[in-house]
Amino acid sequence: MNGANLYASGFGRTRGDVLLSGAVYAAVAAVVGLSGWLLYDLLSHGLGPLSMTFLTAEVEASGRAGGIAPILLSTLLILTVCLLSAVPLGLASAIWLSEYADLSRGLGRAVHHSLDVLAGVPSIVFGLFGNAFFCVYLGLGFSILSGGLTLACMVLPIFIREAEEGLRAVPQSYRLSAAALGFSQTRTLFSILLPAALPGILVGLVLGVGRALAETAALIFTSGYVTRTPESLLDSGRSLSIHIYDLSMNVPGGEANAYASALVLVALLVVINTTASWASARFGLVRRAI
Amino acid sequence: MFPSRGDRLLLPGLRTAALLTGGVVVLLLAFLIVEAWPGLRAVGLTRFFTDPSWHPAGEEGTFNLAPMLVGTLAAAAGALAFSSPLALGSALFCHYFAGQAQATLYRRLIEVLAGVPSVVYGFWGLVVLVPLIRRLEPPGASLFAGILVLTIMILPTLMLSADAAFAAIPEDYFKAAAALGLSRPAVIAHVVLPASRGGLATGLMLSTGRAVGETMAVLMVCGNVVQTPDSLFDPIRTLTANIALEMAYALGDHRAALFVSGLVLMGLVIALVLAAATVVREPA
Repeated sequence: MNGANLYASGFGRTRGDVLLSGAVYAAVAAVVGLSGWLLYDLLSHGLGPLSMTFLTAEVEASGRAGGIAPILLSTLLILTVCLLSAVPLGLASAIWLSEYADLSRGLGRAVHHSLDVLAGVPSIVFGLFGNAFFCVYLGLGFSILSGGLTLACMVLPIFIREAEEGLRAVPQSYRLSAAALGFSQTRTLFSILLPAALPGILVGLVLGVGRALAETAALIFTSGYVTRTPESLLDSGRSLSIHIYDLSMNVPGGEANAYASALVLVALLVVINTTASWASARFGLVRRAI
Repeated sequence: MFPSRGDRLLLPGLRTAALLTGGVVVLLLAFLIVEAWPGLRAVGLTRFFTDPSWHPAGEEGTFNLAPMLVGTLAAAAGALAFSSPLALGSALFCHYFAGQAQATLYRRLIEVLAGVPSVVYGFWGLVVLVPLIRRLEPPGASLFAGILVLTIMILPTLMLSADAAFAAIPEDYFKAAAALGLSRPAVIAHVVLPASRGGLATGLMLSTGRAVGETMAVLMVCGNVVQTPDSLFDPIRTLTANIALEMAYALGDHRAALFVSGLVLMGLVIALVLAAATVVREPA
């Protein structure tokens, strides 16, 4: 029995302890009650309109009727653009940060700090930036490409943090053995470090997908909210999150389909986040709490 | 050592990638400043806080951001006030009250909450909380609705950082406390909380950043009237919601003014991140 559990077993009950327990259990009850309310509400209202046809039908009457097929396609395309740009760049940065950089000074420290700041930037500010840079300055307009690239900027710090942790978790003896065998740095990286760090990299990928799927504010002014099926990456496309926003704020009578779309989105995210936390527990990764 | 040809390309390649990712923040700030500059020059910094109102469109626009800054800070402060005790209680529960299985289950629930996107919180607030508040005190969409929704949204960040801070307390502290015969409340007040001060402060700052920067949820439940709130039940508009509402049609100085509010948000968040980093470095 460890020290913390000693107290969990009810050691040293006093009147103060009864009061404290009351407060703690009240807080827990409030949290469980609130989240239960939220999840039950989503399930009870969202399951009704949800069906296979809802997922495969075109959007009709601004979303009041029909399904969300073009929305799912746009979401998938935005996500693909985001990952194709964020993952290679992020992986290379993570390798440099964990294997070569000195994080206590110079460029390593600067890059690390700037990623911390980037992780804290509000999503609406990413929206402003994406609009000014990708849509206007680079002339990509309101498009899936602009939206995906804006999300890539948001996802980078999350992905890099996890990939870095994954690389740091590779035992030093692997690197020493590779060096003793006369492996080149490139060979060490591709044959030893990356395969060993794969779980961390995948967790980063999954969390990045989760962040990108959940995002709304950064997409309103970058990918736009056209409900048509996109024909190219330069078309505007509406993500699932924006669909929920638009249905609930701008479309009277859109509530039922907004519930169903919200349920789809939450279900996707629960699966994604559960996979990430299962994988990091399974592979013994150290994860920062936030 | 005789580096192979691949090796000679590897390091410069990786360093370039790191430079690019580090450069994103610089690019972002540069674009905010470039877009905000015409507004700052034409309007001047002080008028963003002293103008009589916020009517930025048209020839003689007025650009007072202060009511929205107040709205943002009031919503964030209210959410912190509600969420902190809940989060602290939750983290204490997981470490010192619950058994292993209960704690794991509870953490899973919090992780599910952490994964719910802000637009879904906003939607739920709009269709469930706002009508309830309307019955209590019209109009319903209000600062209070925003505070409630933000409370649930920042709870996971606060709780998980407190959880991590408690987990980092050395085992010996508890053995020593038990050997002294300290009761559980005494241990929590005199050992746990002081030892995890740094982690708790970091969590507070990170969630303040989250609450200040949140857009969708407050946009959907706060009513979006530009005014300094007199009561909890007044509708307000936050800086973030203002950008989301007006960006679609803003031109000229108006557009620049929105970028100025983006810069203000950036400034708040950078200050919080830097403060959090300083707390982490200081030994508790």
